[in-house]
Amino acid sequence: MIPRFWRKIKYRYDIVGSVCENCGTQFYPPRNFCPICRRKSKIKEQRFNGRGKVLSYTIVHDTPDEFKLNKPYIVALIELDDGPIITSQVVCDPQEIEVGMRVVKTFRKYFEDGEDGVIYYGTKFVPEK
Amino acid sequence: MERVAIIGVGQSEFGELWDKGFREIVLKAGIDALEDAGLEGKEIEAMYVGNMSGGRYLAQEHIAALIADYSGLSEMGVPSTRVEGADASGGLALRQAYLSVASGLHEIVIAAGAEKVTDVGSEMTTDIMASSADREWEGFVGATIPALYALMARMHFTKYGTTPEDLALISVKNHRNGALNPKAQFRREIKVEDVLKSPFVAEPLRLLDCAPLSDGAAAIILANEKVAREYTDSPVFIKACTQASDYLALQNREDITTMRAVKIAADMAYDQAGLKPEDIDVVELHDSFTIAELIAYEDLGFVEKGRGAELIREGITSLDGSLPANPSGGLKACGHAIGATGIRQAVEITYQLRGKAGKRQVEAEMGLSLNIGGTGATAVITIYEIG
Repeated sequence: MIPRFWRKIKYRYDIVGSVCENCGTQFYPPRNFCPICRRKSKIKEQRFNGRGKVLSYTIVHDTPDEFKLNKPYIVALIELDDGPIITSQVVCDPQEIEVGMRVVKTFRKYFEDGEDGVIYYGTKFVPEK
Repeated sequence: MERVAIIGVGQSEFGELWDKGFREIVLKAGIDALEDAGLEGKEIEAMYVGNMSGGRYLAQEHIAALIADYSGLSEMGVPSTRVEGADASGGLALRQAYLSVASGLHEIVIAAGAEKVTDVGSEMTTDIMASSADREWEGFVGATIPALYALMARMHFTKYGTTPEDLALISVKNHRNGALNPKAQFRREIKVEDVLKSPFVAEPLRLLDCAPLSDGAAAIILANEKVAREYTDSPVFIKACTQASDYLALQNREDITTMRAVKIAADMAYDQAGLKPEDIDVVELHDSFTIAELIAYEDLGFVEKGRGAELIREGITSLDGSLPANPSGGLKACGHAIGATGIRQAVEITYQLRGKAGKRQVEAEMGLSLNIGGTGATAVITIYEIG
C-alpha cells in the first residue's frame, strides 16, 4: 500500500492532473493517453487552481473501517473553475453543504493504517470565504 | 451464428446462508439447472462462472476449478472459466457461455454465478464492494458504492425533480414482488414510510434504498437450437446478449444521471434483436440501489431521460402494470449475491416466459435483463424470447 500511495503523492497533495494539448481536454486524475485523440495524444501535466463548485454531494453514514472516526463525512463531485471534475471530501457542517456551493482546496489527513501505521494525506475542500 | 436457448435453470436460496458454504450453494444451483434441463451432466462441454471476489470473501481464487471439481465436471476435464466484472460477473458469464454456443464451438454449456459474502464482516464487505469503483480516486476519499449512487441520486433530484418518495416506491414495489418469491431473501412487504424512516447509508439514500449483499448461486444451461429442441418444448431463446463499458470513476463521465454503458448495450441489443423498447414485456433490472432502477427505466428507452419517476408513480412497472420490472423482487428483495445476480436474473426471466413463475407470474413473451458492474462501468443486457 505504501509505494502505491507514495507514487501518487504529487497528484493528491495538490491538484495536479494533465491536459491533452491536441484537443484541450483536461484530466484529473492525470491520464497519459487521451481517449479522444488516442495516438495523436499530446499529454502535459497541469496543476489546477483548486477552486470550484459542488455539482453533487452525499453525507456518508455507513463507512469503511478507516473512516469510522470521521462519520458522517461529506463526499462531493466538484467542478473545478479551470479544469475537470474531482471527487473529494468537503469539510464543513453537513447542514451547510448544498449543490452549487463554492469551495476551495485544502490539505488534510484522510486516514491512517491503524495507530502505528502510515498517515494518508490528500486534498479536501472547504467552503470558499 | 447458432441460435442459443436456455434449456435449464436453477438457483439456491438467496440470503444470509450461515449454515451453507460456497461449495454447497453452487452445487445446489447447478444440480437444479441440470435436473430442470433433464441432463445427466456428462453432456456439458464447458462452464463459465461469474464470481466477483472469492479472493477477498473466501481467500479462495481459482474459483472456476473449484466449482468444476465439486460439480463433478473436473472428472471429465470440462474447461471451466471464471469471469469478473464486479456485480456484473454473472452477466459476463452468461455472455461468454452464449458466445461459445453462438459461435458453434460448443453445443451445451453451463453458466453459473456465485458469491458467499457472509463469512466476512460488514465493514470488510463495504470495502470489498468499494473495489468495484476506482480505488485510487474514489475509494481513497471515502466514496463507497452507496455514496457514489447517492451522488447520482442527488444529481437526478437536482436536474429532474425526482424525489426520495419516488425512490421509496421502487423499494416498496420490489418488496411486494419479493414477498411472492419463495427463493427471495426478504419475503415481506414494506411501506413508503418504512423506507423514509430507515437510517441514512449515504444521503439521500437510506438503508431500504439499498439492496442487501447476499449469499447465493444460480446456474443456467445453454444449448444450440437443435439440441435445445431435443430436451425441451419450451426453450427460451436469447435474441441478443450485449455488453458495454464506461469510465470507471463517476468524475470522468459527462453526465452521472445516465449510464452510458447501459445505453450503448441497449442500442446494440435492440438492434440485434430487431426490437424496440415497447416490444419488451418483462424486465429484471439491476436495482442495487433504487436510483439505479429509475435510471435504468430511462437508459433502456422505456421513458424519456428525466421522467423515470413517472413509471413507478403510475404503477407501470408493478406486477400488474404494462412493464413489470423485477417480478423476482429484484436485488432489493430477492437479494444481491453479487456474482450470481446476472444469472439469477436470467433464471427469473426464464420462469416468467415459461409461465412457471407462480404467484408473481406476469404475461410475457419477450423479456430483458440488465446487469451492472459497480457504478455502471460494465453493463450487460440480454433479451429473451420464448420459443
